[in-house]
Amino acid sequence: MMAEPPHKEEDLPAIVRDGAKAAWPICLGYFPIGLAFGVIASKAGLTPLEIGLMSLLVFAGSAQFIAVSMLTGGAGLIPIVMTTFVVNLRHLLMSSSLSVFLRDLGTWRMALYGYGITDESFAVNLTRFRDEEWDWRRALVVNHLSNAAWVGSTILGGYAGEFIPHGAFGIDYALIAMFLCLLVFQLRGALYWLIAALAGGLAVFISIILPGNLYIVMASVLAATIGVLIRRPSKAPEGSP
Amino acid sequence: MRFEILVLSFFMGLVTYIPRWLPLALLSKRNLPSWFKTWLDFIPVSILSALLLPALITSGEPRHLYIFRPELLVALPTFAIALKTRSLGLTVVAGMFFFWLAGRFF
Repeated sequence: MMAEPPHKEEDLPAIVRDGAKAAWPICLGYFPIGLAFGVIASKAGLTPLEIGLMSLLVFAGSAQFIAVSMLTGGAGLIPIVMTTFVVNLRHLLMSSSLSVFLRDLGTWRMALYGYGITDESFAVNLTRFRDEEWDWRRALVVNHLSNAAWVGSTILGGYAGEFIPHGAFGIDYALIAMFLCLLVFQLRGALYWLIAALAGGLAVFISIILPGNLYIVMASVLAATIGVLIRRPSKAPEGSP
Repeated sequence: MRFEILVLSFFMGLVTYIPRWLPLALLSKRNLPSWFKTWLDFIPVSILSALLLPALITSGEPRHLYIFRPELLVALPTFAIALKTRSLGLTVVAGMFFFWLAGRFF
């Protein structure tokens, strides 16, 4: 291990290579979901071009599924947009967590970064920001490779999704497995295990009593707040600047 | 390309983008109090667990508890591999394999 250089190589191929190494599980996981979305959207009457445009502008899987099913049910613009807003409110929390690591970013780069925040890119990039040398360039590569996989697989699904066998190679489990491993990376002590158990239990409970996906935000906010109350107030978190 | 789909996608994109961008723009330029940093530090573990556990042990709409399904069974060895190897790639591939295997018995 070298003591110095504080930065990794800064040439573009190295940055893209590091980003791709981090992004491939996300791309693998998006692929079956994107295909499924393309198939459902084309059954709802969207053309591949419209599917691609929606994926590019929205870039949020669950909201897009809900929107298409609402479209099929005859819902209008305002209910669909409002539902999308509520379903995607959880990104507020992710963006807040990431902000600690993106302090030096300029306005426009920040604006670009915001576009790429998904459950998956957030979790992968945050883990790397905390545990190793990671920077906004590599993180943006992760965001945009994930975006390309999402847009591409939804368009492909719009054209040819019905011809691809369902559930091949266990690929439907890729994202769950990825989240399991990212959760393990976050378990950095007894308190984190406790908070994870709290958040998981609360999420299951709230998801059963309340419709929609508000349970993600509610359980996370509650569990993190309880964590702050339990932890000694003077101690600052490790690894945050 | 129908105009109404373009408009719908635009507004869906807008309301999705704002919560993604706003905290970055507002929080990254100021010094946060230490309790808030601690709180933010607990958010990732909370979100991951809140996303995962309902996906593993609930199902349907409205959701109900549904424990005995391959998702949960496969999560146990997958979680063990993640703890043991701490490798994202290996965990993903192993999880997919177990899920494929479980699919032959469920």
